Amino acid sequence: MIKTLKILYHQGRQFIPDLSNALLKPPFRGRPFINSVKINDTELEMTCPTGAISTNPVRIDIGKCSFCGECALKFPNKISFTTDYKLATNKRENLIICEGDDYPVRLDNDSIKREIKQLFKSSLKLRQVSAGGDNSAELELNATGNVNFDIGRFGIEFVASPRHADGIVITGPITSNMSKALQICYDAIPSPKIIILCGTEAISGGIFAGSNELDRQFLDKYPIDLYIPGNPPHPLTIGEF
Amino acid sequence: MNNFLTIRNNQRVESGSIPIVDYINFLEFNTGLLQDSKNHCVNYFGFLKNGKLHLINCVANDETEEIYLSSTKLPLSKNEEYQSLTARHTAFHLFEREISENFGIRYSDHPWQKPVRFPASSGNNLKMDEYPFYQIGSEDLHEVGVGPIHAGIIEPGHFRFICKGEQILHLEIQLGYQHKAIERLFLEKKHLLQRTILAESIAGDTTVGHTTAFVNNFETLCDYQPDYEKKFSRTLALELERIAIHTGDLSAICSDISYQLGATVFSRLRTPIINFFQSWCGNRFARGLIRAGANNYQFNKDLKESLLGILKEYEQDFEEIVQKILHHPGSISRLEKTGVVTLEQAIQIGAVGLSAKASGLARDVRVSHPDDFNKKLNHQFIIKRHGDAYSRTQMRREEIRQSLTMISKMLDALPETFNNEHQILNPLPNSFAISLVEGWRGEICHCAITNEHGELELYKVKDPSFHNWMALSLAVRKNEISDFPICNKSFNLSYCGFDL
Repeated sequence: MIKTLKILYHQGRQFIPDLSNALLKPPFRGRPFINSVKINDTELEMTCPTGAISTNPVRIDIGKCSFCGECALKFPNKISFTTDYKLATNKRENLIICEGDDYPVRLDNDSIKREIKQLFKSSLKLRQVSAGGDNSAELELNATGNVNFDIGRFGIEFVASPRHADGIVITGPITSNMSKALQICYDAIPSPKIIILCGTEAISGGIFAGSNELDRQFLDKYPIDLYIPGNPPHPLTIGEF
Repeated sequence: MNNFLTIRNNQRVESGSIPIVDYINFLEFNTGLLQDSKNHCVNYFGFLKNGKLHLINCVANDETEEIYLSSTKLPLSKNEEYQSLTARHTAFHLFEREISENFGIRYSDHPWQKPVRFPASSGNNLKMDEYPFYQIGSEDLHEVGVGPIHAGIIEPGHFRFICKGEQILHLEIQLGYQHKAIERLFLEKKHLLQRTILAESIAGDTTVGHTTAFVNNFETLCDYQPDYEKKFSRTLALELERIAIHTGDLSAICSDISYQLGATVFSRLRTPIINFFQSWCGNRFARGLIRAGANNYQFNKDLKESLLGILKEYEQDFEEIVQKILHHPGSISRLEKTGVVTLEQAIQIGAVGLSAKASGLARDVRVSHPDDFNKKLNHQFIIKRHGDAYSRTQMRREEIRQSLTMISKMLDALPETFNNEHQILNPLPNSFAISLVEGWRGEICHCAITNEHGELELYKVKDPSFHNWMALSLAVRKNEISDFPICNKSFNLSYCGFDL
């Protein structure tokens, strides 16, 4: 008993008191910033492994970005990654960062469904489905529940049964082999329900975009309520909503 | 003439120099090698060239650091049936199932010719939910199906149990839900960076292991010798990954035996280790750290000081909780004699890594096929004999301690200055290269073949889970079905590493 108490005492305080004001240090790669200096745009475009960079003007789609940071290493005057981890939004177009943009990724308050605001304000139970994920986003989702991040304190919890859930969190690029199970799981969740795409692979397919073993039709059928970019998203990015 | 070619880990050979023998010789040679348990099959795969199916088998000798390559060619005919290697040694069963699934080869005496990953490209019409499970038609027995979606935040897979009351008689595991054709994407994506990102995404929990295997393989194909700094970073990252994931696994084992204190403490102990990765390279899973021919995030004195501090604090808290948990009668009673894999079974299925070592089978690439960096560290085997969940839990404790010692040895010998060269690499034509890396689960094997223009013609990935899922199926027999979660966690195998 005393030993147990000693162990407890030795842990000290582990939780992050204020998740939305926690600071991360470089080299953490959060929201990218694109400078307006002129460089060889085509070369920049070619650098990106996932085709997230487009030109005229230079834009980075953080829904496609694998956050490898290679563009910033190659063109340090043009692109830098800030430590801003607040990347989640409910609008796909807000994930596209344009040249010169230096403001946080915005949540569009007006387009959030009213029933979501009312019903899920202080309690949100989610069912997670890994559809071809590589277990990194899954590990980070698990980490949001540990003593360090502890999103349970905001009433957010991951549940076992879709019947108990208010929404679904999808990780992975959605493989054909998983598409049926994903649909069954979504159908089993009572309405109103939300869909959250967690990680670059879920949002755009990431590095797997174009593989013939994917079946992303599910995403065309329903509106997406939240995009959480990252490869994998940092627990603070996930916790922030 | 020899019917095989001997090479070593991270060695390139002319792909034409691998002797091609007829199928029967090939079969007898490889199954003959496996009669001795010091040999095991690290990879066996097929690929199409000029309308013929080439089969290449790589069998490693764990005592002499040698890998024996042999090859055969088969015509692609739907009518032909071949004898299987599996009928003579079980360790080949999944490799042959994969070859059969991808190329339509039929075996006359394969005891378990079932789908592996259900790739859309195979032309096999079988649907995911039509997997031919083994059945026993008895009224005394019942079946339990679990998955593909499980209760927690984990990856998908289907488990079908045949039970007598509470006792499991048989477990069959169906995977493939995560299949995204990674091996083919390696060939389709032409840029090195794209391939590196792919390697990082094979299994997110083994980012360092798979990326190291990839860059080692790629550098080998280019005849490039990485400098001390690159090897230092990779080895250090591998050991840190081992510590981090083992700690997380201990937390998961604790939560499955309902020991809340252990679950909480271990899960928070993992945090500073993966956060160190973030302060080193910007990502908690070390994505971005390992690159072929380059090292974008140099290790330096400040990082060394910060790591020493983190590990010192970690070690104190780790020892305190691990002593408590491994001597707690409650946890011993749940873990001991639960989920036993015997040494004979481990040899039979070709188990590798932690699961093999817990059953007394000494397979560790760091000892049996070390690169020159590992050789200097003079790594030793850790072996447990009982093969139960308790042994696998103990293995994690021992391996964490061992990695801590290894890291402190490495940090002591940290050179004052690093030479940090960047090199543009081009693979040599007509080459074959093999790379083995001991990830935290066990042996990772990447094989590559280039064509006459130096372009990748084949890329083959093998995660240790490919061998070890069978160990889980065997381990749960005669256990209560309620003990399945601890058995599962004590292995913690990869779904995506298997499905690719």
